Amino acid sequence: MLDYLLFGALPYVALAVFLIGSIYRYMKKGFQVSSLSSQFLEGRQLFFGSQFFHWGIVMLFLGHLIGFLVPSAVMAWNGSPVRLLILEFSAFGFAISALIGLLLLIKRRATTKRIQMVSNYMDYVVYLVLFVQIVSGILMAYYGRWGSNWFASVMTPYLRSVFAFNPNVDLIAQLSTSNAMALLMVKTHIASAFLIIGIIPFTRFVHFLVAPIDYIWRKYQLVIWNWNSKEIRTSRNYFPGKSRDFKNN
Amino acid sequence: MVFHLDKCIGCHTCSVACKNIWTDRKGAEYMWWNNVETKPGTGYPTKWEDQEIYQGGWVKNGDTVSLKGAGKLKGLKNIFHNPNMPVLDDYYEPWAYRYQDLFDAPEGDDQPIGRAVSLITGEPMEIQAGPNWDDDLSGTPDYARKDVNFKHLSQAEQEAMFQLEKMTFHYLPRICNHCLNPACVGSCPSGALYKRGEDGVVLINQERCRAWRMCVTACPYKKSYYNWNTGKSEKCVLCYPRLESAQPPACMHSCVGRIRYLGVMLYDADQIQAVASCDENQLVDRHLDIYLNPNDPAVIKAAKANGIADSTIKAAQNSPVYKFVKEWKIALPLHPEFRTLPNLFYVPPLLPAMASVSADGIYDTVSEHLLAGVEKLRVPIRYLSSLFTAGNDQKVIDVFKKLHAVRVSRRDTTVKDVTESQLNTVMNEANIDIHTANAIFRLTSLATFEERFVIPAAHREEAIEMLENTGDYKGSTGFGFKEKPARGL
Repeated sequence: MLDYLLFGALPYVALAVFLIGSIYRYMKKGFQVSSLSSQFLEGRQLFFGSQFFHWGIVMLFLGHLIGFLVPSAVMAWNGSPVRLLILEFSAFGFAISALIGLLLLIKRRATTKRIQMVSNYMDYVVYLVLFVQIVSGILMAYYGRWGSNWFASVMTPYLRSVFAFNPNVDLIAQLSTSNAMALLMVKTHIASAFLIIGIIPFTRFVHFLVAPIDYIWRKYQLVIWNWNSKEIRTSRNYFPGKSRDFKNN
Repeated sequence: MVFHLDKCIGCHTCSVACKNIWTDRKGAEYMWWNNVETKPGTGYPTKWEDQEIYQGGWVKNGDTVSLKGAGKLKGLKNIFHNPNMPVLDDYYEPWAYRYQDLFDAPEGDDQPIGRAVSLITGEPMEIQAGPNWDDDLSGTPDYARKDVNFKHLSQAEQEAMFQLEKMTFHYLPRICNHCLNPACVGSCPSGALYKRGEDGVVLINQERCRAWRMCVTACPYKKSYYNWNTGKSEKCVLCYPRLESAQPPACMHSCVGRIRYLGVMLYDADQIQAVASCDENQLVDRHLDIYLNPNDPAVIKAAKANGIADSTIKAAQNSPVYKFVKEWKIALPLHPEFRTLPNLFYVPPLLPAMASVSADGIYDTVSEHLLAGVEKLRVPIRYLSSLFTAGNDQKVIDVFKKLHAVRVSRRDTTVKDVTESQLNTVMNEANIDIHTANAIFRLTSLATFEERFVIPAAHREEAIEMLENTGDYKGSTGFGFKEKPARGL
C-alpha cells in the first residue's frame, strides 16, 4: 500500500505541484526567483562547499538524465566490466563530492552569523532533503551494485510508465531484490527525489529552472527601447500598440 | 555627464542626496551609488581600480574585445563561486549606534555610550572601515600610499607626493558611467541588465536578476552592487524618473560646488565595438570621435530619420557636455583603458597650480609665479594620465594648458597685470582664442542651472506609454503594485 502511495500517487502530486507552482512563481513572483547567493557575505567557505556540491550534483543530474533518455546506450557502455567500473566509480566520486560540499555548506550556514541573517527555515529543509537524497544514493550504490545497470533496465521503464500515466509500481520491488538494505535505500532515494521535485517552487531550488543557458548564444550587449520612436514621430501612430487614424476625426 | 574636479570641494552632499533617495534600505546600507573619493587613495571598494584583483572591464582580444573576468565561458564556469567578486569587507560593514542606550542606561559612575552595532548581524562590532575612510588623505599609509595608480610612478615620484610641503590631493566623485560598452550588461547571464535606448541609462531588471553576481565583477568601476537582503543586484539609475521630467539627477541637482553638468550627446552606436577594440593609445581620441556634432545637418537628418525627437536634438545642440568634451576638449574619461567607453567625463584638476616650495621651505607666492605653468604642478602629470588617459601624458598637458590659459586671461581681465605678450604666448600654446577662454570661464564659473543641465523631457504626460499602453491602466493605480523586497520562501 505504501508503495502505491509513494510510487503511484506521490509522483503525480509532486509533478503537478512543481509545474503549477513553478509557473505561478515565475509569472507572478518574478522578483522572488533568485539564486539568493550569499557569497557577498562570506566567500571563502562558500568556495569549497559550493564548487564541490554544485559540480557533483550537476554531473549526477546529467547522469540520471542520460540513463532515463538513452538506457540502451548505458547498457551498451556497461557491456565491458572496465567501462562499468569507470562509470560507477566516477558517479560515486561525484556523489561523494556533492556530499562533502553539502556538509561544508551546512557547516557554513550554521556557524556564520552573517549567513544566518539571510537564512530561513526553508534553507534548512533544502539541506535536509538533499542530505537524505545524497546519502541514500551513496548507500544504495554501495549495497545494490551495479546501479547504472538496473537504473537503465528497471528504473527507466518505471519512470517512463509514470510519464505514460500508467505507473508500474511493481517494478520498484524488482530493484535490488538481493539486498534488503539496498531496497530500502532505493525506495528512500526515489521517494525523496519526488519530494524534491514537489518542493522546488517553494524553495531556492527554483534557481536551477532559470539557469542561464541562453547566455551562451545571446549577444553581449542589450539595448531596450520602451517605445518605437520612429513610429511615434508621425502623429498617426501616436499611441503605440493601437492604430488610430486621426484623419477621420 | 561632466564633473569638473577643480570645483569639487569634497562635501559628499551628492552622496547623501543619493543615499536618502535610493539606498536607505535593508540590504543596500553599504551601497553608495554616488561616492566621493580622495585621490591619491584606494577608493571604494578598496582598490577598485586594480583589475588584477577584481578582473573587471574588457580586454583587447585581437580585433575585438572580451570581458576580462566574466563572459560566456569564464562567467558560467564561475557561476557557483565567483572568485573575483568583492565581498562585504572590501566595501565596509555598515553600522548604526545604539542611541537608545544613552537614555536607558541606569545611573552610574561612567558615562553611558551608544555602541556601534552591525546593520548586517545586529551585534556590537568594532568599526574597521567606512566608505570614505581615506577622506582628505587620512590614514595615508594605509590608503593613499596604496593607490593603484602609483604603479606607473617611480618610487621617487611617489615620495615627492607625500612630502609635507608638496602634499596634494583632489576629490574624485564617482557614479555609474552609463557606458557605451557596458561590461555589466555584457556579463549578465540572465540578460537582466540593459541599456535604455531613449536616454542610454543602464538599468537592472529586478524581476530578471537571478543573483549570478557577474555584473559586480565585470563593472571595472565597481558600480553594480549586490543587495544581500533581496538577492538582487542594484545600481545607479541616474534618477531616471527625474530625467524623464527634465530634472537633473539628485546628486547633480544637490551639488554644492556646481561641478556637475548633464546634457545630451548624439553618437554612432555602430562604431562602439570598433572603438572599444582599438589600440590603447588611440582609445581616448576614438572614444571622443564617436560623439557626433549635433549642428551638422547630416547628423540632424540622420537623427530625425532614426526617430530622435526634435527636443532631444535641440538639447544636444545646447549640451554643456558637448562643449567640454568635444568643442574645448578639456574633459577626459576615467580609466579609458577599461574599454567600457564611459559616458562620464572629468575636467582634470589643475589646482593646486602653485609652484613648488623653495629650498628653505618658503612658498613662492610672487604673482608671476603663482600660475607657474603646467610643468611645475605639484601633482605629477603621470599620476593624472594614469587616471584619465591610459598613460598619455601629453593629453593631460594639453588640457592643463587650456585651463591655465583661461586663468591667465581672466587675470588679464580682472587684475590687469599680465603683459600682452605673456597672454599671447599662453593662449597660443594652449591653442585657444579669447572667446573660447571666456566661454570656458563662463560655463565653469557662472553657469546657471539651465546652462549646466540641458535635459529634454521624456514628455511626462506620455511617460506611461514608454512602458505600457495607457488604455490598459485607465482607472488603476500607476504602474501597478510592487512586491516587498524579500528573499522568497
